[in-house]
Amino acid sequence: MGEFEVHRVRFFGLVPAGVRCLACQPRGGRLALARTDGAVEVYNFAANYFQEKVIPGHDARSVEALCWAAGERLFGAGLGGDITEYDLARLCVARSVDGCGGPIWSMAANRSGTQLAIGCEDGSVKLFQVVPGGIQFERNLDRRKGRILCLSWHPSDTHIAAGSIDVLRVFDVCSGQTIQRIMVNYHVHKVKRECIVWSIAFLSSGTIVTSDSFGRVQFWDWERGTLLESHTVSASAVLSLSVSEKEDSIIVGTSTGATYQFQLLPVKMGSLEKRWVRTKPFQHHTHDVRAVAHSSTALISGGLDAQLVIRPLMEKIQKKGYEAALRKFTFPHRRLVSCARKARLLLFQFSQHLELWRLGSTNETGKDGEVLPLCRMPEHLVQLKSKGPEHIYCSCVSPCGSWVAYSTASRFHLYRVQYEGDSVSVKKVPKVPKLLLPAYQLQFSADSGNLFVASARGSVHVLQLLEPGGCKHLHVLQPPSGCPEAVYLLAVSADGHWLAAVSGDWAIHVYNLKCFKHHCTVPMYSCAVTALAIHPITNNLVIAYSDQQLFEFSIPEKQYTAWSRTVQNCGLHKVWLERDSPITHITFNPKNPSHILLHDIYMFCVLDKSLPLPDNSALLMNQSTLKQLPETARQRQLHAFKICKKFQPLLFADLLDENCLVMVERPIMDIKTQLPLPIQQKKFGT
Amino acid sequence: MVAPAALRVVRCGGGSLHGARAVFSADSKQVGLGPGSFIPGGVYLLCASGDFVKMYSLATEETLRLMGGHADLVTGIQLNAHNHMQLYSSSLDGTIKLWDFMDGIPIKTFTVGSRLLALYVLASSEDSVFVVIPKSGERDTFQLVSVKLPKGAGQDLEAKELSVVLDGVDASPKHIAFGREGEYVASVKDVNLQVYFFKQKQLNRFSVSAVKTKSGNNQFSCVACHPTEDCIATGHADGKIRLWRNFCHKKEYTFSTLHWHHDIVMDLAFSVEGTSLLSGGVESVLVLWHNESDCQKDFLPRLGSPIEYISMASDGTLCCTLHTDNRITIINSNLRFSRSIQGLIKSADIKTGLVVDPRTKALVLNGEPGHLQFYSLQSDQQLFSLDIVQRQYIHQAGLNQIDLVKVAFSPQGKWLATVEEREEVTDPELQLKLWFYDEETQSFKLNTRINMPHEDHITDMCFRDMDELEDDSLVLVTAGRDCVFKVWVMVEDTDPEAQQSVSWSCDFVGSYHNYQATNCCFSEDGSLLAVSFEETVTVWDSVTWDLKCTFCHPPGKIRNICFGRLTCSKYLIGATDSGFLCCWNLLSCALEWSAHLNILVLQPDPLSEHIAAVSWLSKESSLFVFKPNEPRPIYIQRNFCREKIQLAAFVPRDEPETIGSEKYLWLRRSQLFFLTDTQELITLSMKSLEERLTPSSKQLAVEESLPVTPFSLLLGKHRHQQSQEDIDLGKVFLRNKRAQDSPAVKELLHTPAHVLPSASFLCPLFINSLLISKENKSAEEVADEVEMESEKTEDDSDEERDVTEMEQEDTSPVELLGEMTCKLSKSQEKELRKIRKMDFSWLSAF
Repeated sequence: MGEFEVHRVRFFGLVPAGVRCLACQPRGGRLALARTDGAVEVYNFAANYFQEKVIPGHDARSVEALCWAAGERLFGAGLGGDITEYDLARLCVARSVDGCGGPIWSMAANRSGTQLAIGCEDGSVKLFQVVPGGIQFERNLDRRKGRILCLSWHPSDTHIAAGSIDVLRVFDVCSGQTIQRIMVNYHVHKVKRECIVWSIAFLSSGTIVTSDSFGRVQFWDWERGTLLESHTVSASAVLSLSVSEKEDSIIVGTSTGATYQFQLLPVKMGSLEKRWVRTKPFQHHTHDVRAVAHSSTALISGGLDAQLVIRPLMEKIQKKGYEAALRKFTFPHRRLVSCARKARLLLFQFSQHLELWRLGSTNETGKDGEVLPLCRMPEHLVQLKSKGPEHIYCSCVSPCGSWVAYSTASRFHLYRVQYEGDSVSVKKVPKVPKLLLPAYQLQFSADSGNLFVASARGSVHVLQLLEPGGCKHLHVLQPPSGCPEAVYLLAVSADGHWLAAVSGDWAIHVYNLKCFKHHCTVPMYSCAVTALAIHPITNNLVIAYSDQQLFEFSIPEKQYTAWSRTVQNCGLHKVWLERDSPITHITFNPKNPSHILLHDIYMFCVLDKSLPLPDNSALLMNQSTLKQLPETARQRQLHAFKICKKFQPLLFADLLDENCLVMVERPIMDIKTQLPLPIQQKKFGT
Repeated sequence: MVAPAALRVVRCGGGSLHGARAVFSADSKQVGLGPGSFIPGGVYLLCASGDFVKMYSLATEETLRLMGGHADLVTGIQLNAHNHMQLYSSSLDGTIKLWDFMDGIPIKTFTVGSRLLALYVLASSEDSVFVVIPKSGERDTFQLVSVKLPKGAGQDLEAKELSVVLDGVDASPKHIAFGREGEYVASVKDVNLQVYFFKQKQLNRFSVSAVKTKSGNNQFSCVACHPTEDCIATGHADGKIRLWRNFCHKKEYTFSTLHWHHDIVMDLAFSVEGTSLLSGGVESVLVLWHNESDCQKDFLPRLGSPIEYISMASDGTLCCTLHTDNRITIINSNLRFSRSIQGLIKSADIKTGLVVDPRTKALVLNGEPGHLQFYSLQSDQQLFSLDIVQRQYIHQAGLNQIDLVKVAFSPQGKWLATVEEREEVTDPELQLKLWFYDEETQSFKLNTRINMPHEDHITDMCFRDMDELEDDSLVLVTAGRDCVFKVWVMVEDTDPEAQQSVSWSCDFVGSYHNYQATNCCFSEDGSLLAVSFEETVTVWDSVTWDLKCTFCHPPGKIRNICFGRLTCSKYLIGATDSGFLCCWNLLSCALEWSAHLNILVLQPDPLSEHIAAVSWLSKESSLFVFKPNEPRPIYIQRNFCREKIQLAAFVPRDEPETIGSEKYLWLRRSQLFFLTDTQELITLSMKSLEERLTPSSKQLAVEESLPVTPFSLLLGKHRHQQSQEDIDLGKVFLRNKRAQDSPAVKELLHTPAHVLPSASFLCPLFINSLLISKENKSAEEVADEVEMESEKTEDDSDEERDVTEMEQEDTSPVELLGEMTCKLSKSQEKELRKIRKMDFSWLSAF
């Protein structure tokens, strides 16, 4: 594997925002997720739950509810009182309509996706028609006092159940009248306490399922207004609830971080009598589980601890493999760190500011595993705060460290950073050219002379950077056949000759930068690209897909390399394919051309193309066993994948020079200390 | 009475009582005997206990019946699903017996052949039962088979039709359960659950992850099935309970988890309707889970000891838990403690030895942790339990808790000395407590507590045995591993605030060459104290505490010592661990005799010269009884017990037994009891089994608690009618009543039909009982006689014997007739004469 001097960076103080709501696309393979900072993310089930799209948040736009309507359209509503439609191609807000009912607590689309119902602070339930190009207010339903915290449509679209404080109501959609009102009280020693119905679901059988602040999951017969079953699952509130499409399984999330599954099971074998039974408990979260979703093969839960947990239902999965793994996503599937190799600087991207750090240095050497004392501590050079309520889409620092660029939804900023001894001065570059914003990815060329801005419609802007702090728009690269989706990944070759761009439709276009022409398109692969990079010597494009496949494409020859074909013929190791987090960054060692360095959240890997590929019987993670073997035996055991799991969770890894690595870790415990205290629970034996 | 040829070894209590779940006798429709009297369902509790099946009365907590017949451990008992008055029992001896438990008679014996480890009876399978047997040819693998019980005429039948239901099951009866209406059977082993559906012939296997988690291992410990739904509850070694559903699908099965127990779940039971689930474990807490919910549960804590088995009565009004210490607790359906049946409590380790309480003649030994149990040998019941340690016991494995290790009574039982210690290698925590018997409260009261009486463990302790002497001359000697023995005496308490007048303090500390003191004992008159120091026995004057002489028998260390009694008081007996039994003469200070015997237990009879010694050689225990003055033993019983005898005690008889044989004279005044290392109490008896087991009082108890039969109902109705006719038919009623109270009639009505003599014989007896003797005319007189009669019922044995004799002679009717006439002419001539003179005019009243 080789020995490296490693900068173990732990000063990236990223705290991901908690998960506020989840929405599964009906009959589709996507999951929409909203975070407490207003960011909306889309995960693609088919691409191994890859975080496909991210729409950064906005201070004034909280999202309390998300729903898919009319096929692929995603709507969000929040306490700002607006209903927002998102443009998933351009990754920004398409349009926004005022709900006229104060803060919106809940929103639900009907089965056919033609109508949206919103529940407002003032107690009103309003219906909106989903029309092409927007939504239209249709009518108000019977209004009563008390905020509507949750809504659910009957699958036949004729009734709406709404949960409020102490009460749940059923509306007739045609007449708009309240036709049933059920009190969901809780009495202890004649003292009535407020009972909040946090979540509701209307089943096609006419059963209404509610979860409330007393830890109960209750099943009601709406026509008679009677309680059918009541399950107390927790001592604290049950915050969220979701029903499977077949209506035979329910997942609920509680404020203690536990989720429970309910299943509709036959009481006896062969009999028709069925009952809801609480079956599996899961404790993946430490904080409130604010959102749950039930896909056809998995239970999905998101909590305030920023984790998205996907727990597959083993009985619904045909073969064991990638599908069957439990996944926990805490960090975004993209880079938030960029590195100036020559200047040894790191740029950290937060939701509303950037931090520029200089790495520490040492002049001592040591053996493997030793911690070297620093002679210069890492230094926080600059903090750049983004003005306005918009969050940052992307950022980048140039390899020489003298340029920093970032983009928000509506603005693009370029800064010139100058170092004079210990003092640092930042100067904003005036008059940046008007671009098609937002930018989704920024990339400086290796010589820091150009900046590439990934933009909507598959286009990439090329800006020329001018000394001493200016820039000029050079060219717009666009795929010849056009593309509706935005570019989300860029890779530039070291010699500045080639640029590869990946757009939202997963097509990879390679451009020639010398003549600003489209060079070729990498053959389409049915999975999302998670990382790509161009080899500095061979100009081979190395591509990592979300199904953990690796490809190497020779740009000059416009075809896959021989090694790539071998990999496809032999297949990758089973353990490698079953990993559950995508490769987020690829880099190379210029001194060792056969090495590819890649990493995901949980591991760092040096892929040595000169060594044989491991077969499934070999141990993939064999570094520790190799160390104990004698030299001759070691030679026989060697294979291409050299994996290191020492640094977890790994947000970024890059090679500074031939034997110096930088690893950016964000220990989970450090995040936990930033979160509010979880609910106190008595634990046995403590 | 003919003396039997040999002494019988009788197991009379203790042991590991419970080999299987207990069974409540099914109630016969819960009909009241009359207005007001109402017997709840499940009048009896049946328990497998060693080689026997025990029947307890739930009303009186008494052992009503002991059904013996199996040659080995009883492993399962189940009511016959088609006749609730019958019981199946299986045993390691390879037989299934069908009992009529009301009468305690075995009806049938089915020989299966291989060892039977568990028994299950289903209502749905007409003529077969399920047993667990070892798989032939393979060690430690077992299979569940169904045994077809043949319908033959004879008593002993061979059941050879076996069909394997499940392979690879576990031997424990708790690891298999049958589901609703016998549709399926669930079996657990290690981390695997298998469910077999009888109708579909489908076998589903499920497993939990085998990896040991931080909370313990995942292995299954027990299984129970829901009575009406498809739901299986399994208990696990880490304290979790899993409720499995949908297990008819191989893939889409599901389970939910209930977790309260911190250690292994020992047993599970569903309520009759299946709405609640009972679980128990090491914590000694019975947990009632409502509606399979993790949040709704009730507890019945402080049950005393770990719960081993839980069983429910068929009507759900009662449930019972069997505990590891052999206690049975009966619990009401509302989870209230109802009563407990306890014989000899099994404790983790008997450190105190077997001590006889001079006051109650009860056996005293370790009971519950930290308690001293007083066990009545006569009634096989615990008299009471004295809390010595007086600290909360924590039911958790691996904790070092204070335990009671030594106990001694003063000769009259006025004082009790106890030693408790915490097992710790470096620094043992010791406490000596002296208790005074308070006549007012009839219990022991703590008088003196001495912390760290010795620096190290106390090895032995005894009071000076002086009958005539005053109370204040009482002396207690303790021998310790810290190489000293200490003498403790009572002193006047000078502290004016003290509530008692006397307390105990140390008077003398003796040692010998810095050897560890191992045993101590006083001579019968109390003048000499013998203390053994490793290899040496030292004899001390108990007044001046001077060392008188020493004995030793190298190279062995002294294991036991005792003085001879009565005529042999000049001898001192010692046993060494090198396998010698030595007898020293105290007058000549010389070895009188020695014998090569590996003696484990040496026990002198307090009322005679005899000394019992138990040796252990090549896995057999042998008993030797000898007098110290002659080296030849009086009585030898070799290999009388397979288990290792741990302790022995002579318990004085209330009145000396008349013993015919010279050989057994040593048993005249005391009875010898042994405790084996499995804590089974055994004794030597000359009586036959039946005599010993059914004392008259118990016989009575059976009669009183007879179940409601149609006949007794008829009788009750009849009585009721009579009470209405009472006013106008006063005299006649009384006489009638007298007739029914007559023992002959009673016997007639209560004896099972198949043991009754022929009707021709019974008829005159019956008629006779109905007749009214002319002498008693006045009603008062009659009433008097009724009372007399009822008092005399216990003495009805004459009548009984008559009947049984007749039964034996039943085979030759001709002879019988002749004898009968003969008998009539002799004994009932008078009566016959009376009959002749009788006025039958009262008959017109009927």
